[in-house]
Amino acid sequence: MARKNECIAMLLAGGQGSRLGILTKKIAKPAVPFGGKYRIIDFPLSNCVNSGIHTVGVLTQYQPLELNDYIGNGEPWDLDRTDGGVHILSPYQQIEGTEWYKGTANAIYQNINFIDKYNPEYVAILSGDHIYKMDYAEMLAFHKEKDAACTIAMLEVDWAEASRFGLMIVNDDGTISEFEEKPKNPRSNKASMGVYIFTWKKLRQYLIEDEANPNSSNDFGHDVIPAMHGAGEKMVAYPFKGYWRDVGTIDSLWMANMDLISPDAEIDLDDPTWKIYAKSPSAPPQYISDKACVRNSLVAEGCEIDGDVDFSVLFANVKVEEGAKIRDSIIMPGSVIKKNAVVEYSIIAENTVIDEGAKVGACEKDCAPGEWGITVIGENVKVGKDETVPVKAMIGEKEGA
Amino acid sequence: MRAKDVLGIIHAQNYDSLTAGELTTVRTAASVPYGGRYRMIDFPLSDMVNAGITQVGIITDTNYQSLVDHVGSGRPWDLDRKREGMFILPPCNTSSAIMSHNTRLSSIYSISDFLRKSRQDYVLMTDTNVLYNIDYQDLFKFHDEKNADITIVYKHGKAPAASGLMMFAVGDDKRINEISVSSGMDAGIETNFSFGIMLMRKSLLEYLVRAAVAHNATSFERDVIQANLQALKIYGYPITGFSAYMDSVKSFYKANMDLLNPENRRLLFDPAKPVDTKICDNVPAMYGLDAVVSNSLIADGCVIEGTVENSVLFRDVKVEKGAVVRNSILFQGTMISSNSTLNAVITDKNAVITPNKNLSGDESYPIFISKNSTV
Repeated sequence: MARKNECIAMLLAGGQGSRLGILTKKIAKPAVPFGGKYRIIDFPLSNCVNSGIHTVGVLTQYQPLELNDYIGNGEPWDLDRTDGGVHILSPYQQIEGTEWYKGTANAIYQNINFIDKYNPEYVAILSGDHIYKMDYAEMLAFHKEKDAACTIAMLEVDWAEASRFGLMIVNDDGTISEFEEKPKNPRSNKASMGVYIFTWKKLRQYLIEDEANPNSSNDFGHDVIPAMHGAGEKMVAYPFKGYWRDVGTIDSLWMANMDLISPDAEIDLDDPTWKIYAKSPSAPPQYISDKACVRNSLVAEGCEIDGDVDFSVLFANVKVEEGAKIRDSIIMPGSVIKKNAVVEYSIIAENTVIDEGAKVGACEKDCAPGEWGITVIGENVKVGKDETVPVKAMIGEKEGA
Repeated sequence: MRAKDVLGIIHAQNYDSLTAGELTTVRTAASVPYGGRYRMIDFPLSDMVNAGITQVGIITDTNYQSLVDHVGSGRPWDLDRKREGMFILPPCNTSSAIMSHNTRLSSIYSISDFLRKSRQDYVLMTDTNVLYNIDYQDLFKFHDEKNADITIVYKHGKAPAASGLMMFAVGDDKRINEISVSSGMDAGIETNFSFGIMLMRKSLLEYLVRAAVAHNATSFERDVIQANLQALKIYGYPITGFSAYMDSVKSFYKANMDLLNPENRRLLFDPAKPVDTKICDNVPAMYGLDAVVSNSLIADGCVIEGTVENSVLFRDVKVEKGAVVRNSILFQGTMISSNSTLNAVITDKNAVITPNKNLSGDESYPIFISKNSTV
């Protein structure tokens, strides 16, 4: 029996993130690099630690190797603890056989024993898809104050974009009267952020009922939450204000990276009271030579820059040779941009080489209307000398290469 | 010899009277910042771990707060082990002069227990005012091949200003034939001088130190090494390439500026032998709209809106719009406010330069702004 934890977190990190294309061919979405030194999962993990939640189960399923390796014993987030800490929870063999996680609710159901071991009053259910800083402790206080069975974090979004989200219709007292999943004509602009706090006793009961229902898709959004709502459990919406982005698509991932270098950035990663922790590489400081011009950019350690970098995010150990130009792009760790190559509006994944004189991506003004988009080069690719990679192309590692 | 049979001992402080001036008034030599994100101790510590050494003792005397804060439990070097790992050895019984850490001899004598309890057969000792990316494996091989009693790493060049510095006449076979000990007055003469790295059997070190202490000796260099030149086979291991011996603010300044040379960086930061340091979880460096940066080393956490040329910026340095920084070294947390101009300046941690200031030193005599001060 472990020491009692008031609230533990379960982080759903098993999704493939298929809309990120080749970026998630070999890694799960939460492991996708972000912001020059982070990975997406650093945000919910750091939020947990900063909120005083020291027991976190990370549910992995799709391509878990890199994610497992990255999380390790949890030391970068101070989650290498005697009591609690971070635990990787992959599907495992049981006496009735082995089952993959069929849905988000089933993933938690299969780990009821893990949660029971800590005997928590409350469980936070988080996902590894979003960039945001949030104090879950405040949300928990709200949950307790409202004496709710389930609290859902909610963000007011632009009406024009509301139809892209799962929406909630909220009464004046904060209780949720209705849910709408991506409606054509939204009646609310209050979107669910995919952050839930449940009273564990209640959730436990509904998970068992949901599992017994053969018609259920075992998903929180589709099955468990409607069931709880339908049964008259108290569901409340916790209003959140601040930066929150879903980075599930190439465009939104690119955009959220660009948000960091915008002069009026809405998210401050440099806040000493709310640090975002990450596993740091061991690299010397970056070197900017006298041939380089670096502006409006975020550059990580170990980079060697001899070329032009503007409005871009460069991860650790990137080399930019003389005459090369990088504009409005994201270059992930260890990639090399050789002499006179031009990279514009692109995402270049890890350890890729853009050879001399190659041209990747294009500016919006150089494209026909409606043709423009972000170009993506996968990891370990070599773009040949003087080769041109067109706008919106997505190039991955050759099979067997 | 195998690396696991070698005990690493790092001397965190300088024993001679001449040190890197104000840099070491608030900290030990081991925790002097270097190269944008490191402390001097990171280099010997990483080199030892890279060579396969599994147990390291750090001898320290005063001002070791910043050192303890930096090395912590030894985690960044994977030295936070149940078996062996890293040990900090502060003075333990200061009531007796011989147990203090004032001299090299007394500090080694005071760790007699630690030496006795360590299972290793050899001791590798290194100072922390020297900088060189050494391959200790190669040093071990040299020691074995020469069948040496003691091997001392030396450099040929102008003697640094340090009292107690050993200078050698070295034969073609690398045997040291003559030792003179500098009083600090020999600075600048062309010679072979000790680089503060020494290898010998543990039993020999214990014996020599005990004998010297029994005879009321005080100088490790004179009474232990020089006195036994004939009795023991003492060999010199020469180093070439990029290295630095910090004996003054000026040499510290030059050692940092030398890192702007790509060849020197290549020698010091070999990806196969990484230099590890304390993790601080800074954000990547941010370059603003008006940033102009050229020939500079920039660490994580810096925010640059102004001009930076030929400089080394440690973590979390802010350079505001209109500020110009040239030929300078700015320690962690330095703040350069708008429209201030710096040339040949070293700022210690968290120094603040308020707007519209103009500070200019000379490369031969850089201005030093002390820790937490405001200009």
